[in-house]
Amino acid sequence: MLTEDTASAVLDDETKDAINVDRTKGDFTFPERNKFDAGWGLSSKTVDYICDVKQDPDWVREFRHKALAVFESKPMPTNWATEDLNNIHFDKIRYYLSDGEKPKRTWDDVPPEVLETFERLGVPQQERAFLAGVEAQYDSEAAYSNMDEELKKMGVIFVTSAEGLKEHEEIFRPWFGKVIPTGDNKFSALNSAVFSGGSFIYIPKGVKLKQPLQAYFRINSESFGQFERTLIIADEGSEIMYMEGCTAPKFDTSTLHSAVVELVALKGAKIQYITVQNWSGNVFNLVTKRGIAMEDAEVRWIDCNIGSRLTMKYPGVVMKGERARGEVISIALANTGQHQDTGAKMIHAADNTTSNVVSKSISVGEGRSTYRGQVHIPKHLKGCKNNTECDALLINSHSRTDTYPAITVKGNQHATQHEASVSQVSEEMLFYMQQRGLDEGQAMSLAVNGFINDLVREFPMEYSVELKRLIDLEMEGSVG
Amino acid sequence: MSLKIDNLHATLENGTEILKGVSLEIPAGEIHAIMGPNGSGKSTLSKVIAGHESYIPTAGTVTLDGADISEMSIDERSRAGIFLAFQYPNEVPGVSNANFIRAALQSRLPKGEEIDAVAYYKSLYEKMDLLEMDRKFTARAVNEGFSGGEKKRNEILQMMMLDPKYCVMDETDSGLDIDALKIVAKGVNAMRSPDRGMLLITHYQRLLDYIKPDHVHVMSEGRIVKSGGPELALELEEKGYDFLKEPALA
Repeated sequence: MLTEDTASAVLDDETKDAINVDRTKGDFTFPERNKFDAGWGLSSKTVDYICDVKQDPDWVREFRHKALAVFESKPMPTNWATEDLNNIHFDKIRYYLSDGEKPKRTWDDVPPEVLETFERLGVPQQERAFLAGVEAQYDSEAAYSNMDEELKKMGVIFVTSAEGLKEHEEIFRPWFGKVIPTGDNKFSALNSAVFSGGSFIYIPKGVKLKQPLQAYFRINSESFGQFERTLIIADEGSEIMYMEGCTAPKFDTSTLHSAVVELVALKGAKIQYITVQNWSGNVFNLVTKRGIAMEDAEVRWIDCNIGSRLTMKYPGVVMKGERARGEVISIALANTGQHQDTGAKMIHAADNTTSNVVSKSISVGEGRSTYRGQVHIPKHLKGCKNNTECDALLINSHSRTDTYPAITVKGNQHATQHEASVSQVSEEMLFYMQQRGLDEGQAMSLAVNGFINDLVREFPMEYSVELKRLIDLEMEGSVG
Repeated sequence: MSLKIDNLHATLENGTEILKGVSLEIPAGEIHAIMGPNGSGKSTLSKVIAGHESYIPTAGTVTLDGADISEMSIDERSRAGIFLAFQYPNEVPGVSNANFIRAALQSRLPKGEEIDAVAYYKSLYEKMDLLEMDRKFTARAVNEGFSGGEKKRNEILQMMMLDPKYCVMDETDSGLDIDALKIVAKGVNAMRSPDRGMLLITHYQRLLDYIKPDHVHVMSEGRIVKSGGPELALELEEKGYDFLKEPALA
C-alpha cells in the first residue's frame, strides 16, 4: 500500500508537469522586433501602408481599397450570429506587423526567436518526418517557406500569396477572389482589404503529391490581426493534401484571425484541406473557406476546431462540374469560454454531384457549439446526392448546442439524407467506465474519443495522434 | 482477508431508504449468493459496494481486507480490487472492447509503464476462447449492438482480465439461455481461487446449479433475512419468496 501511494504521488507530479507543458505549448511570446507596423486601427491609410510595404501591384491596391469600402458598408452579422462579435474593436487592432524579411528557404536563416518558436511547436521536426513542404507564418508574413526540390522540378508552386500574385500573376489572378468574392461576408471583405501571408499553391496537370504540404500560422504579438490569404489551384487530374495548424499566446486583449482560403480543383483533381485549429482562448477566428470542384473533381475539408474564443467557419464546396464531389468532415470542441460556430455549405451546380457533411461537436462546461449547414440543390439539376450527419455530445448540463440545418432541394430527382443527434456522456456510462478503474477524466476522454473516433481516422496519422492528445488534455482539465 | 459489509444503510437522493442495515462478510476463497425478490435491494447493495454516487450511505461500513473504503471513489475501489459485473452493462460507443479493457488494465499500472501488447492480446484471446467469444469482439465497440448474452459474457471477460480480489455479479444469469449460462459459469468457476471472494446476486436458483455457492443469503426489504448453505436456495426455489413472509421466519 505504502509503495503504491508513494509511486502515485510522484507520478502525479509528472503528469501535472506533462499537462502543464502541453497546455502551454503555444502559450509563450517573444519581444516584438517589427520593422513594419501599420499601427492601430483601420483606414485607407492602413491599406496604403500595407500596399507600400508589400510593394503591391496597382491592381491589388485597387482590390484592397474596394474591399475596405465593402467591409465598412457591411453591418456585423449579429442578426443571425452571436452578439460576441460586437466585442471586436477594429480600432484596437494592429493590421500589419513584420520584420521586413523575405521568407527564408532554410531554417538556419530564420531569426533565432522565430526558429525557437517553430521548434517548440514541432514544425521543422514534422517537416523532416513527413512533409513535402512547409510555410511558417509569424504574425503578418511567412518567416520560412520551402518545398522539396523534386516537386519544384515537376512544376509545383508553393509560395506566399505575395509571391504568387507578383510572380505567377497569370495563374493567380484569374482565380483570386473568384471562389470567395470580396463581398461574400464582412470578414471576407476585411481580409481582402488587409490580407498578408498565406500560401499560393499550383499543382500541375496529373501531378499527385504523395506527402502533404503544410502551413503553420503563428501569432506572436498582442492586439494583432492575422489575415492570411490562401489560394490553391489543382490542375486537371492532380492531387494534393494541405494541412494547416495554428497557435497563439494567451493575451488579455483579443486577437483577430480572419483568413480567406480559396480552392480550385479542375477536372478530375482532388484537394484535401486539413485544419487543426488550436488558437488561444482570446482569439476571434472568423474564417471563410470555399472550394470549387469541376467535372469529376473532389474537394474535402477536414476541419478540427479545438481552440479560440469564437470560431465562425463554414467550409464550402461549389460543385460546378458533373460528378463533382464535396465533403466536410468537422470536429468541434467547445470548452468553457468558447463558442464553436461551425458548419458546411454545399452548393450543387451540376448534375450527378455528391456532397457529404459529417459534423461532430462536443460541448464541455459552459462551452457552446453551433452547427450551421446549407445544402443547395436547384430545380434544373438531376441525380444530386447529399448526406448530412450532425451529432452533438454534451458533457454537462451547462453546455449548449444548436443546430441550424438549411437544406434547399428543388426538383425530385435527388437524394438527400439528414440525421442529427444530441447525446450525453451519461452518469451511468461514466459509472461503468470508472468501475473498471478509469478515473473521471480518463473515462470522459475515452467517451469523447469514442464519439469522434470514426472522424479522427480521416486525419493523417501524425495529426490524429496530436488530436487525441489535445482532446485528452481538454477533458482532464474539464473535470474535478 | 474479506469483503465485509457491516450494518450498511443507504438512501436515494430523495431520502428513500433502500438498504436498511445489511451485514455480510465474504472471506477470500468463498462464494456467497444473495437471492431475493425484485425490489429487495440486491442491485442497490452491489452499486453501493462499488461506490455509485446516486446512493447515499447513511450508516455502516464496507471494508476491504480490513480497510474502510467508504471514502474511496468508484475508480479507486475498482483498482483496490472490487469488480462489479453489471446486470445491464453500458455501451461505450466508438471505443473498442480491446482498447477499453487495455485502458482499464493500464489504469492499474504506475504512470510511464506500458502494457505489453503481445502479452495482452495473448491473455485476452485465451479468455475469449474459454468464453467462446469470437475474436471479432475485440474490435467491436464496448457492448454496442451486443445481444444480452454477449454483454454478460463480455462482463465475465473483463472480470477475468482485471483479476479482481472480490467479484460482485449482479444477475449475471438473467437473459441467458442454458448454453450461454454454462459458458458464463465456466468462466466464473475458472476464477475460483483461495485468494478471491465472490458475491453472486441472483433471482433464480438455476445459476447455483452451475456455480456452487458456499453460503446463500436471502434479502428482503433492504435486509438479509436468512442465511444458510446451498440447500437454502433449493428451499426458496421450491417454496417461492412468499415463505419469507411467514412470521416464523421474520
